[in-house]
Amino acid sequence: MADVLSLEERAASFRERVKSAIPGGGNLDMCMLCGTCVSGCPASGLAGMDPRKFVRMVILGLDEEVLSTPWVWMCTQCQRCIYACPMEVDIPKLVYEARASWPRDQRPKGIRASCDHHVQRGGAMGIPKEDWIFVVQDVLADVRSTQPGWENLEAPIDKKGAPYYLNQNSREPVTEPEEMVPLWKILHLCGIDWTYSSEMWGGENYCMFLADDDNWARIIAQQARIVDELGCHTFIETE
Amino acid sequence: MIEFYAKGIREGKLKVNSKWNEAGIKFTVQDPCKLVRQSLGDWIADELRFVVKAVVGEENFVDMVPNKSNNYCCGGGGGFLQNPYVEERLKFGRLKLEQIDRTGAKYVITPCHNCHSQIMELARHYGRDFKVVHLWTLICLSLGILAENERLYLGDDLKECNLPGKHA
Repeated sequence: MADVLSLEERAASFRERVKSAIPGGGNLDMCMLCGTCVSGCPASGLAGMDPRKFVRMVILGLDEEVLSTPWVWMCTQCQRCIYACPMEVDIPKLVYEARASWPRDQRPKGIRASCDHHVQRGGAMGIPKEDWIFVVQDVLADVRSTQPGWENLEAPIDKKGAPYYLNQNSREPVTEPEEMVPLWKILHLCGIDWTYSSEMWGGENYCMFLADDDNWARIIAQQARIVDELGCHTFIETE
Repeated sequence: MIEFYAKGIREGKLKVNSKWNEAGIKFTVQDPCKLVRQSLGDWIADELRFVVKAVVGEENFVDMVPNKSNNYCCGGGGGFLQNPYVEERLKFGRLKLEQIDRTGAKYVITPCHNCHSQIMELARHYGRDFKVVHLWTLICLSLGILAENERLYLGDDLKECNLPGKHA
């Protein structure tokens, strides 16, 4: 990076591409170099990069560096930078577009696997539908038979006409199923009539983190269709 | 779900109180970036605090600084937990760790799953003894309906606190 850069020779195609992809061009040209983004960004300094530097590199057309730095996978797109930025420069969207520019098979394997699992099996951990249903029913049966006062606890799956739909982070049923129970108990006490779904039940969406627009949308659309078919009017996110 | 916790408490369906925390164990909370800053805004962070204070006792809640929409990311989001840059992720988390250290809290409440995993790993990696818990655990603990096998993330100080059928 110490060499003098010749900017004329660079096509800056990434800059042009993101400008048309982000509403209002992402305010890229508005950056005043104040550094507010850097001071509140926990990813500042990782991989020799920080948000302000990244913006400058995009503006200067340093496409090769911008599109190869692993920093885009170390930024969590938490949006603290754009929240603090006086000019609302959309750095998280820049990072997203840079991630999307990586060939899919070169993006981090773990995120890719979580995305693929979700598309194929309804949750990022990739357990088959039958296992998901079994775990819920097994844990429920255990609570009903061993915990006095909870004989009528419910954890319905695909219950038509339930007003509330609940998604489930896919970690619990796989690694710590008992952790699902406190939430069921709370819903019971609140008198909320709810249901899980047997398909596309996962509460996460790693396709978004993978910057895989098509599969991100596919998961959302399929889940929305399921919620509509069940007749639920409210979608409860476990957070 | 935080909305429903708050509604349940206000409507008297979740009769929580902080009597179980007579020892005055201190709690702090990690505002999830996606829920607060990116989606719903500060009102949901305020609801979160309403629930937490009702459950652990107002005097036992210590906020991080900065917080709510201005909070720092812990480093568990964006797919960071699923990619190979582990060393960088732990460095990323130091800012969060310092924030938690300054609260002096023994428990960090994380409504977000990714925060839960990342902050637990930060504690383990940097040798801290604070615990990281889900909100549902504490609500059920307060209500006296948290079974023994639902206490995976509680420390020894709360493993037997307010067990079902054993409280007055």
